[in-house]
Amino acid sequence: MKFWDWPFTFEILPMLAWASLVTLEATILGFAIAAVLGLAFAIGRMFGPAWLSVPLAGFIEFIRSTPLLIQIFFLFFVFPEFGISLPAMTAGVMALGLHYATYCSEVYRAGLANIARGQWEACTALNLTAFHTFRDVIIPQAIPPIVPALGNYFVALFKDTPLLSAIAVLELMQTAKIIGSDNFRYTEPITIVGLIFLIFSLAAAGLIRLVEMRLNRRIRRA
Amino acid sequence: MQLRSLTVCAIIAFAAGLIVASFAGFREFLPGLLQGALITVEITLGGCVLSVIAAVIAALAKMYGPWPIRWLAVVYIEIFRGTSALVQLFWLFFVLPRFGLTMEPLTVAILALGLNVGAYGAEVVRGAVAAVPRGQWEATIALNMNRAQALRRIILPQAVVAMIPPWGNLFIELLKATAIVSLITVADLAFRAQEMNATTYRTVEIFSIVLVIYLAMAMLITIGMRRLEGLAAKGLARGRSH
Repeated sequence: MKFWDWPFTFEILPMLAWASLVTLEATILGFAIAAVLGLAFAIGRMFGPAWLSVPLAGFIEFIRSTPLLIQIFFLFFVFPEFGISLPAMTAGVMALGLHYATYCSEVYRAGLANIARGQWEACTALNLTAFHTFRDVIIPQAIPPIVPALGNYFVALFKDTPLLSAIAVLELMQTAKIIGSDNFRYTEPITIVGLIFLIFSLAAAGLIRLVEMRLNRRIRRA
Repeated sequence: MQLRSLTVCAIIAFAAGLIVASFAGFREFLPGLLQGALITVEITLGGCVLSVIAAVIAALAKMYGPWPIRWLAVVYIEIFRGTSALVQLFWLFFVLPRFGLTMEPLTVAILALGLNVGAYGAEVVRGAVAAVPRGQWEATIALNMNRAQALRRIILPQAVVAMIPPWGNLFIELLKATAIVSLITVADLAFRAQEMNATTYRTVEIFSIVLVIYLAMAMLITIGMRRLEGLAAKGLARGRSH
């Protein structure tokens, strides 16, 4: 048998290309949850009353120090016990989003902590409500500097999407495994999946560097 | 992790432990899960050792190697950082046998995770070595040391202190990543959990116990690395006072 079979490669490439759309979908939905929930976690942990901030801090540390795979299984198998049956994709995206929300919340925390005290005092002086303080003054200043850090977690989340294959979501890795077991050839599908990941990650890393440079220029100009 | 959140974590782990202990399934599931946990510990320890070796070699090769070796180190770092750990694991598991290299799943697991974390660690090592003040290098030149001597005696001992906290995080990432080896039939903690879940369907109990075991192991790593950090800092301070 040959090490590498080109006709076979071209035969499976379209299937993998379709599957990569599912991977991208899971990445984008998961990160949307992570970005929003992460901000809520950060604000709750930093500014919430003790009954909220202390359990939240413990919860965040708990999620951060346990494996994502177990969390995916947990969400996937637990909901049916309560009579709610979630599709594998939904449970997987929720687990990804929740896991990365705890990472993002640390990034937001750093961003929020870097806001000068005077900004808060000015909001108080202007008699802004808590909602307007956050929406109009604090968050617009806190987010831009942390965009690159969030971008890194976006890439990290993307690289964790193959874990969804464990609950049979038909993303890249699962498709590659099915192709492999149907044809008894794993070399091509798994290598292609690796290359797809490599290309996407390198492109994303380049994009993040670009954003970082533009942001630095804008911050310096300001 | 801050000390305060560590305390919070300990309290929550204790509470979670109490809740878990009151489960009816605790006695039933724990022995089997602990057997799996032993494999997880084994893979974590093996992976930690391999990752540190791989990281130091890759970082030094990238910084000081002649161009072919430097190029090789860059390729290693980019490939292992740029693709998913699960893809790397499956690649080593399914593709290497085709090149005539058949290994035990446990060996594949340690190799894949060690090399994966080693690639991230290489950047940590590089950062820490680069952060040693220039004057230290100049002093080694003044003392007529060659580069190997300078690295071994002067630069690396100082860089190690700066490396310990990020390595602590990487070790925890490694511990968490060990869960994926269950997907290549290694009977670790995650594998046992799935197995029990498939036969008993008592998901909440089983996975709660498993999560708490992982949390406990992660906290052990955190505490161990803090100890190590304290010791290293003290050693460095003693070295400076001479």
